[in-house]
Amino acid sequence: MKPLLQVSGLNAWYGESHVLHGVDMTVGEGEMITILGRNGVGKTTTLRTIMGIVRERKGKILFDGRDMMDVPLHHTAHAGIGFVPEERGIFATLTVEENLMLPPVVAGTGMVLEEIYELFPNLLERRTSPGTKLSGGEQQMLAIARILRTGVRLLILDEPTEGLAPVIVQRIGEVLKTLKERGMTVLLVEQNFRFASRVADRFYLMEHGQMVADFPVGELPERMDMLHKVLGV
Amino acid sequence: MSHTTQAASGIRNGRAPRASITYAAFLLAGLAFLLVAPMFLYPIFLMKLLCFALFACAFNLLLGYTGLLSFGHAAFFGGAAYFTAHAVKEWGWTPELGILLGVAGAAGLGLVMGFVAIRRQGIYFAMITLALSQMFYFFCLQAQFTRGEDGIQQVPRGHLFALIDLNVATNMYYFVLAVFVIGLVVIWRFVNSPFGMILKSIRENEARATSLGYSVAHYKLGAFVMSAALAGLAGAVKSLVFQFATLTDVTWQMSGEVILMTLLGGIGTLIGPIFGAGLVVTLQNYLATSEFPVTIITGVVFMVCVLVFRRGIIGEFYASRIGRRLGFEHRH
Amino acid sequence: MTMIFGIPIQAFLGQLLIGLINGSFYALLSLGLAVIFGLLRVINFAHGAQYMLGAFTALLLLQYFGINYWLALVVAPLIVGLLGALIERTMLSRLYKLDPLYGLLFTFGLALAIEGTFRYLYGAAGQPYSVPVALSGGVNLGFMFLPVYRGWVVVISLVACIGTWLLIEKTKLGSYLRAATENPVLVQAFGVNVPMLLTLTYGLGAALAAFAGVLAAPIYQVSPLMGTNLIIVVFAVVVVGGMGSIMGAIITGYMLGIAEGLTKVFYPEASNIVIFVIMAIVLLIRPAGLFGRDA
Repeated sequence: MKPLLQVSGLNAWYGESHVLHGVDMTVGEGEMITILGRNGVGKTTTLRTIMGIVRERKGKILFDGRDMMDVPLHHTAHAGIGFVPEERGIFATLTVEENLMLPPVVAGTGMVLEEIYELFPNLLERRTSPGTKLSGGEQQMLAIARILRTGVRLLILDEPTEGLAPVIVQRIGEVLKTLKERGMTVLLVEQNFRFASRVADRFYLMEHGQMVADFPVGELPERMDMLHKVLGV
Repeated sequence: MSHTTQAASGIRNGRAPRASITYAAFLLAGLAFLLVAPMFLYPIFLMKLLCFALFACAFNLLLGYTGLLSFGHAAFFGGAAYFTAHAVKEWGWTPELGILLGVAGAAGLGLVMGFVAIRRQGIYFAMITLALSQMFYFFCLQAQFTRGEDGIQQVPRGHLFALIDLNVATNMYYFVLAVFVIGLVVIWRFVNSPFGMILKSIRENEARATSLGYSVAHYKLGAFVMSAALAGLAGAVKSLVFQFATLTDVTWQMSGEVILMTLLGGIGTLIGPIFGAGLVVTLQNYLATSEFPVTIITGVVFMVCVLVFRRGIIGEFYASRIGRRLGFEHRH
Repeated sequence: MTMIFGIPIQAFLGQLLIGLINGSFYALLSLGLAVIFGLLRVINFAHGAQYMLGAFTALLLLQYFGINYWLALVVAPLIVGLLGALIERTMLSRLYKLDPLYGLLFTFGLALAIEGTFRYLYGAAGQPYSVPVALSGGVNLGFMFLPVYRGWVVVISLVACIGTWLLIEKTKLGSYLRAATENPVLVQAFGVNVPMLLTLTYGLGAALAAFAGVLAAPIYQVSPLMGTNLIIVVFAVVVVGGMGSIMGAIITGYMLGIAEGLTKVFYPEASNIVIFVIMAIVLLIRPAGLFGRDA
């Protein structure tokens, strides 16, 4: 499988604080990778550093063979990486449809508006409401949906199921499975263990700003004890 | 403002002994210079310098130590000048009483303006002080006692404590110098007092100060009034030095000038504003006779300072190699 | 002669019209300030100077190139807007990461430099700029005489305000602006060139100020000082309106202009300061401003 994303020796800082201490990971094209780890180990920072939101960074980030370290933030999406932040980032002063249409299309492979509305009918219904009038689950759908329009190849999701009802969590799982079928590469951070185990191909375990384990979903049963200990789940 | 946080923490941590000695020596040298200066520099020029230096130090009390940018300090400076001039000329008060009135008036103005302006933070605070002082300007323009465009002229210097004739240049100079030193001492004591410490903590982390139970608004208002009173002291004395009080002293351009002096000299340093005032007053003196437009230079200096020279002369010195070697890095 | 509130109706309506015109300028200028502040978090002290630049550009275009008022309405804002964009790109953008007060101080310095330059070149006195022929003269409405140009100013500034509002609230570009105001980093992460958006916004604000300047030229004469005292009043307008809302800035501008006009009728001595007094009152009752959203 061709690696779409290759990260090696990634270090990152928030001001004075050194958060990532040499992260190494590979994401193959079409794979769905989940990063596991306790709170505060640097999972979100890893995503934000790969995306380029965190700029105090050293190391190597290769996306489709291209070095991303010097790419300015507003060009990263055009390279083919899409980001759904933990706080979802739905804009209150924009309607649902404006939120949906905001991220510019970066490649022709994205979904068209009609397809998105088919996949997320409640967004069609509420398309003229202010973005933040939606429920948490609907906002999460919107946050994912607007990236799908852009045609990115790698979708980065930070805790997509956090704080959502089980019914919505299931829906998101379905959406991710659909995306996988269409060939989208997905990198996600998830605390919801069961959810992650149902969608992901491979796991990385993170501890103190580094990856300490890397295993496919098949090995999950034998790793459970170790994970329970590390994650306190 | 935020970049002085590091410097501010230094004062709490104690200072390098060598810096303290160097600093004290430097201050003494400065004082000695000021004591003999009238022998080779025009007393009027020196007195103008001292007044503006005090004005800038008073302003810095608010900006450097409390983090509040007031764009209306001219109201206190010029307002006190008017009050003092009127008292001394129309009511025949002795100079020290006239000055006290000026200071009290400025403090009162500060209380009223501060009370309204404190309602908002940061940028809004600056804009509100500007608008309020502009209101005061229009009041001065139209009021009877200020004589409008003419201003109050021929203000008598009188006899200090009914004894010392301030019309003698040397007497007046040493009086102004004494007021200046007293003003600086007041500022220094204020900054290092418990009140001043709380102000510093408010500037560094207002949320934390509030959670500790301090009424932030009261402290800010207190600092504002103090700063206004001291600015008033400078203005009151100035009206006696030059023997007039005019609208120029209450314009927003004057407010801008004192900001420039402080920025140029070094926000948050004790002696920075003195240097800034010295530089600006000297420059104005030098350019007054030439055709050169002072406003353009003021504007350009502002822009340059903000872009590349934010620490000001003294701030840059403290952070420079020499300054750090002398132990000044965390100095005030 | 008909009287209203003890004053001849002609005088009353005359002052009201002046108030409406002043209000038009307050609205246009506070709109520009609000747009710039919303996205850049900078108080553009140079706004008054850019207003003055607009008027002067119109004057100079006429004097040196024979470019008339109608073209100047488009060309002057374009020139001033481009200059503003240049300043933002080269200097102002370096200040975003600092305390916002530095932005205020920088634009203050810029205002002084611009005004000082023009004062040096043209002196403090005002120069006339004639009302374009098509808008000259007046209309007798029976209860008052309405100069056509004055009426034009009120109408066109309203159009400009509404146009700007539509641009921001109803267009794609406007959605980028609104989103970037809320979360500039995320919008950049989506691939929108936010730094360019910032430059454009500052340019737009400066252009709006310059547009107001061209409108003002035939009424107030073109003088290097025309922007200075005006900008301080506009600051007060903005504080009263609150900076969060575009429509709020527009409405407040008109309201305060009319308030000022009415004060001139009934209590002329207070007319310079009535807006400041209203500001003080609003601050005491509702610190966030009448339409304010952010603190």
